[in-house]
Amino acid sequence: MTGDAHHLLPSPEPVTLIGVDGQATGDPGHAVPDDTELVRGLAALITARRLNDQAYALVRQGRLAVYPSSHGQEACQVAAAQVLTGDDWLFPTYRDTVAAVGRGVDPVEALTLLKGDWHCGYDPYDHKVAPHATPLATQLPHAVGVAHAARLRGEPTVVMAMCGDGGTSEGDFHEALNFAAVLKAPVVFFVQNNEYAISVPLARQTAAPSLAHKGIGYGVPGERVDGNDLAALLAVLGAAVERARAGGGPQLIEAHTYRMQAHTNADDATRYRKDDEVAAWVERDPITRLERHLRERGLVDDEQLAGFAATAEQLAAHVRDGLHRDIEPDPAKLFDHIYAEPTPQLREQAALVADELDREGALR
Amino acid sequence: MTATATEHVKLTMAQALNRALRDSLAADPTVVVFGEDVGALGGVFRITDGLTAEFGEDRCFDTPLAESGIVGVAVGMAMNGLRPVVEMQFDAFAYPAFEQIVSHVAKMRNRTRGRVTLPMVIRIPYAGGIGGVEHHCDSSEAYYAHTPGLHVVAPATPADAYALLREAIASPDPVVFLEPKKLYWSKEEVELAAPVPGIGRAVVRREGTDATLIAYGPTVPVALEAAAVAAQEGRSLQVVDLRSIVPFDDETVCAAVRSTGRAVVVAESSGFASVSSEIVARVTERCFHSLHAPIRRVTGFDIPYPPPKLEHFQLPGVDRVLDAVDDLQWEDR
Ligand SMILES: Cc1ncc(C[n+]2csc(CCOP(=O)(O)OP(=O)(O)O)c2C)c(N)n1
Repeated sequence: MTGDAHHLLPSPEPVTLIGVDGQATGDPGHAVPDDTELVRGLAALITARRLNDQAYALVRQGRLAVYPSSHGQEACQVAAAQVLTGDDWLFPTYRDTVAAVGRGVDPVEALTLLKGDWHCGYDPYDHKVAPHATPLATQLPHAVGVAHAARLRGEPTVVMAMCGDGGTSEGDFHEALNFAAVLKAPVVFFVQNNEYAISVPLARQTAAPSLAHKGIGYGVPGERVDGNDLAALLAVLGAAVERARAGGGPQLIEAHTYRMQAHTNADDATRYRKDDEVAAWVERDPITRLERHLRERGLVDDEQLAGFAATAEQLAAHVRDGLHRDIEPDPAKLFDHIYAEPTPQLREQAALVADELDREGALR
Repeated sequence: MTATATEHVKLTMAQALNRALRDSLAADPTVVVFGEDVGALGGVFRITDGLTAEFGEDRCFDTPLAESGIVGVAVGMAMNGLRPVVEMQFDAFAYPAFEQIVSHVAKMRNRTRGRVTLPMVIRIPYAGGIGGVEHHCDSSEAYYAHTPGLHVVAPATPADAYALLREAIASPDPVVFLEPKKLYWSKEEVELAAPVPGIGRAVVRREGTDATLIAYGPTVPVALEAAAVAAQEGRSLQVVDLRSIVPFDDETVCAAVRSTGRAVVVAESSGFASVSSEIVARVTERCFHSLHAPIRRVTGFDIPYPPPKLEHFQLPGVDRVLDAVDDLQWEDR
């Protein structure tokens, strides 16, 4: 083993390519992505914001049980999906519905579980999106396993494994990084540091210089990126994906962003953070920043933006329609899919429920 | 050494398990074996002896020392087309993997409506009787058996060890495979290709007419010995070997108990809230009117597994089993 860890260190400040003022920073280390990628990204950001806000509204209308919104974090969500190809896999958390939709999952399906059904709503193999994980960081070792299996078969798959800042304190985060490093598994660990884990601020989560530094102990290079700058995210995540695909092993990317709303609708954020702290992040909004940049360069105009908004509105309407109906989970299905073949005991229990349903039906 | 259809070999349980892994690796290119020290060393109990040499590093490999990671990575590999067989070094060292097992291994099929299945085996050297120091002798079956979505299997003979492990590896569902450590060195003639009852089937190991001893894994030989001693004393004891805890074979167990009208459950694990309590409850619910006496249990005490010099107090022995049989209200007959 060599003692030199220098190449594993993240840059001293998060990589930013387009500043809050919409101007290119001229970072010498990273090229600004193609114009077409940026325009495509802006359209996706506008849809992402609309989806977040639609889902949030549906919670208030009682159409969704809960929605952990990524409002404010849309650049991370869009970039995570945009840098992947169809062969790649995405491992999302409960806050990453928008990233899953970015891979092609129907948002109505992606929100099924949060509406109150018992299953994840979509077929994970259709778009190579794992069922979103609720127990924090537990999906990260799975991501390593998927990547390692692909590598054993010589397939070019890269796996994007997502978690929050709080998730980096869990044991599985560490075990996954260590396994990925030892196995040289093509995994990009993508941490959205949104400053809070429910109410707990980052300072209570870690004493590390940054979350990206956590890779050093495992021999995993870390990088920090402005999580509200889509251009920087596309560049940094894209480079990590390419490196992993080329056999360079895992990488740990920390995006600095902010959770603009409460943890979920059930949370009261005023108990642990002040409004002016939130207000300070409004001017760093990922959409206004990119829009300004692209407008100033003449790459988008009002007409195009209206088109993006109309597309977003169509998706919102689709979500409203799809989630408007009450789901009626079928109690008889409770016994399906426990095992390939139900055990004799499950058959007995299923028969009991079927009998109850019959009697209920007879009474009606 | 390759298996021929009718090959008979004398094998210890450890060798039978090794043979099952080897034959599965040879038969199915998607099978992979990994865990702590399973490579060059062949595992601390040598169950994976020679596998890396024969099949290469990609098929049988050492991992970092992290049980949650081992099981979690296996979940991902199973999601992506492989059949991982992982080894936990000892029963009590599988606990770091508990969350992965309960939250993901057991539930993935259900959460995805059967689209993502996890054909994987978690092998756990298990239970006591080898003079192990603390954390090396736990009977942890109840934790797994209590969790819907897992199969839980415990062989008691080399022939079953071979056949059940091969079946577990071929199973579309995750299997927790409990290997009774103290039986690793027990030996018998094994016919590798012999058809044996599958996972989910119990067998009657010894016929008898007066009472039924119900055992699994490490207590099966104890029950058989007790039955042999009882026979000399003029009492005919039947012995049922569960083989599979989940699925549980109510049919075979209840038929056996109905045939004798008396039963004793023999298990190493602590008795409170255990697999043995479940067996008593199930059999009583189903066979009450055939019973001449309440079902008795001989189990470990509700204490942490004791140190080597005291473990014989904890383990169900022949005398305790026979005392329990004596208590089955014979005067009522
Ligand atoms: C193992 C585990 N412990 C606790 C929880 C409850 N919980 C849900 S979200 C959350 C905060 C997670 O924060 P972070 O990882 O920063 O992600 P964020 O919600 O900010 O996206 C907690 C404690 C959980 N889901 N899983």
